[in-house]
Amino acid sequence: MKLMEYQGKELFRRVGIPTPRGHFAKSADDVAAFVAANPGSWVLKSQVLMGGRGKAGGIKFADDPNQARAIASELLGKVLKSVQNPEGERVGSLLVEEKVAIESEAYVSITIDRAAKKPVVIVTAQGGMDVEEVAAHDPDAIAKLWIDAAAGFWPFVARRLAFAAKLPLGFHKTFPGVVGGLYSLFMDYGANLVEINPLVLSKDGAVIASDAKVDLDDNALYKHPELKDWKAEAPVDEDQAAAVAIGLGLSNYAKLDGNIGVIANGAGLGMGTMDAIRNAGGSAANFLDIGGGAQADLVKKSYNLVVSDPKVKSMFINIFGGITRGDQVARGIVEALAGGDIRKVPLVVRLTGTNEKEGRAILAAAGMNPVETMDEGAKTAVELARA
Amino acid sequence: MAIWLDKNSKIIVQGITGREGLFHTQRMLAYRTPIVGGVTPGKGGSSVEGGIPVFNTVHDAVAKTGATHTIIFVPPAFAADALYEAHDAGIGFAACITEGIPVHDMLRVVATTAGMRILGPNCPGIVSPGKALVGIMPGHIFKEGRVGMISRSGTLTYEIVDNLTKAGLGQSTCVGIGGDPIIGTTFVDALRAFANDPETDAIVLCGEIGGSDEEDAAAFIHDHLPDKPVVAFIGGRSAPRGKRLGHAGAIISGNFGTPESKLAAFAAAGVPVADRPSQIPDVVKSRLSGAKR
Repeated sequence: MKLMEYQGKELFRRVGIPTPRGHFAKSADDVAAFVAANPGSWVLKSQVLMGGRGKAGGIKFADDPNQARAIASELLGKVLKSVQNPEGERVGSLLVEEKVAIESEAYVSITIDRAAKKPVVIVTAQGGMDVEEVAAHDPDAIAKLWIDAAAGFWPFVARRLAFAAKLPLGFHKTFPGVVGGLYSLFMDYGANLVEINPLVLSKDGAVIASDAKVDLDDNALYKHPELKDWKAEAPVDEDQAAAVAIGLGLSNYAKLDGNIGVIANGAGLGMGTMDAIRNAGGSAANFLDIGGGAQADLVKKSYNLVVSDPKVKSMFINIFGGITRGDQVARGIVEALAGGDIRKVPLVVRLTGTNEKEGRAILAAAGMNPVETMDEGAKTAVELARA
Repeated sequence: MAIWLDKNSKIIVQGITGREGLFHTQRMLAYRTPIVGGVTPGKGGSSVEGGIPVFNTVHDAVAKTGATHTIIFVPPAFAADALYEAHDAGIGFAACITEGIPVHDMLRVVATTAGMRILGPNCPGIVSPGKALVGIMPGHIFKEGRVGMISRSGTLTYEIVDNLTKAGLGQSTCVGIGGDPIIGTTFVDALRAFANDPETDAIVLCGEIGGSDEEDAAAFIHDHLPDKPVVAFIGGRSAPRGKRLGHAGAIISGNFGTPESKLAAFAAAGVPVADRPSQIPDVVKSRLSGAKR
């Protein structure tokens, strides 16, 4: 689950990372009232998940309540578009924050290094920029160190990073505390990524997290039931919602660009089936993994989900039964096709493995003739999509 | 011989009385896997399947049975605890089938369980055909032989093994390393074991998009496996960037984890990559018939 800036900063405060004084608001009246009660210069920051928010015009400044109200009215409800997110994202709330006089900007993040099987801390003195661009143009400006999860975080790691990345001296005293807080957030909340960009050194010498990017592992959310309100508010991925609605796992269904529907058991075979279709000159309309041990009802619902995409011209159901039983799959297919209210597309079935004889008999009784191999099935599905 | 699992392994099942645990215990027993016991806290003293004893703790199970291997079917929230328990009780090999374990639990587990080989999590297990099956794979597709197989996927393994078996190429051991971002055993760990196994003549490596395990494997093959043929396959070559397809680890982020990077790494190591599973037996045979890299 990706968090909005204001949510990330809430977690930052819980682990002792300093953030600017601010106020979260969902209406222009609320914004104006806050600025009226707290005179000064304020930044109005659109709360969206997309990258490139500033360039898209989602961050504005206000010095008095009337100006704040006008800008808030303009931003709330606006659809921001950026290079990273051409479809745009609607602004539903704002974070009103004190304007910090900037002396220097740094970058710090913690993510998972899969190959090392360890958390890795990445630091650069070139904050406020896209870190991948910094990595491409000035790789020496980036310092990295790995943390031994058995030993946990110790301040020397942050000290080494501060020197290696040549952070201005003003950062050095507080930096280990910031990285330590970031590490405890990373481990305790189960984050795929925690990022502060920029980490600001202010003119008066304070070190403050000016932005917050936090992406939490969905599998770990159960450990923090207090976050369930955020989960409920989080924008829903349509494919994920459709998968969960029929009882599949979150990432078991994904729409793609082609016109041949795919159902397979297992993620590997699902990807292999997409590849086989491409090898046969076609293109998959989706990835769908029915998982292990699927019953007839799930097969039927999966069929209906795949054909609900109007660009699907033909379908390839590719099953290698291990714990998935061929008779259950065949029954689900027959039930799906018997349903009167759904669209039917030309169908190729390949059924191998556990209970394949029983499954084939069920399909034969319904007038269907399964193919023998994955290559043959893919070829036939491509021909049917062209017909 | 085989790697990591043979007739003399003594296997326990953690979560043996659960629905999944019991179902797969029956299937593993049907394959004549030497299962010596199971663990379900609170059900110690009972037995399943006509005499397999159930214990309250892994320590009890090890003390009474001399167990060397465990297979873990417990739910995601308790799986890390189960792995620690196995390690603390002196188990040497743990296959973790559970899908959906928090990644940070696994970061902690791999950092603190030195000495125990962990397979998975989110893996189909391991089978040494004709000897033992510790996992959820369908036993009937495997055949005893001399090809080693390593894979990140379950069902794609079945597809490839089926092709190998039908072409007369049996397997020494098939290892499913799992599809999660943090896994205990990598391709390189399995390649190293196969390299030292005199009864494995060739290796099939089935990778997929995401991560850099395949690139690491290619480098290892180039440096350390000059004499044993390796044939590779990569699943998800037609997948778009940024989409997570089933496996938590199967995602192309930016330019990282792309099939192009993996293909280039295998090409540089002289490892042929089959375009389709059905081509793999022929490529293996041609490599075995003398053609060295």
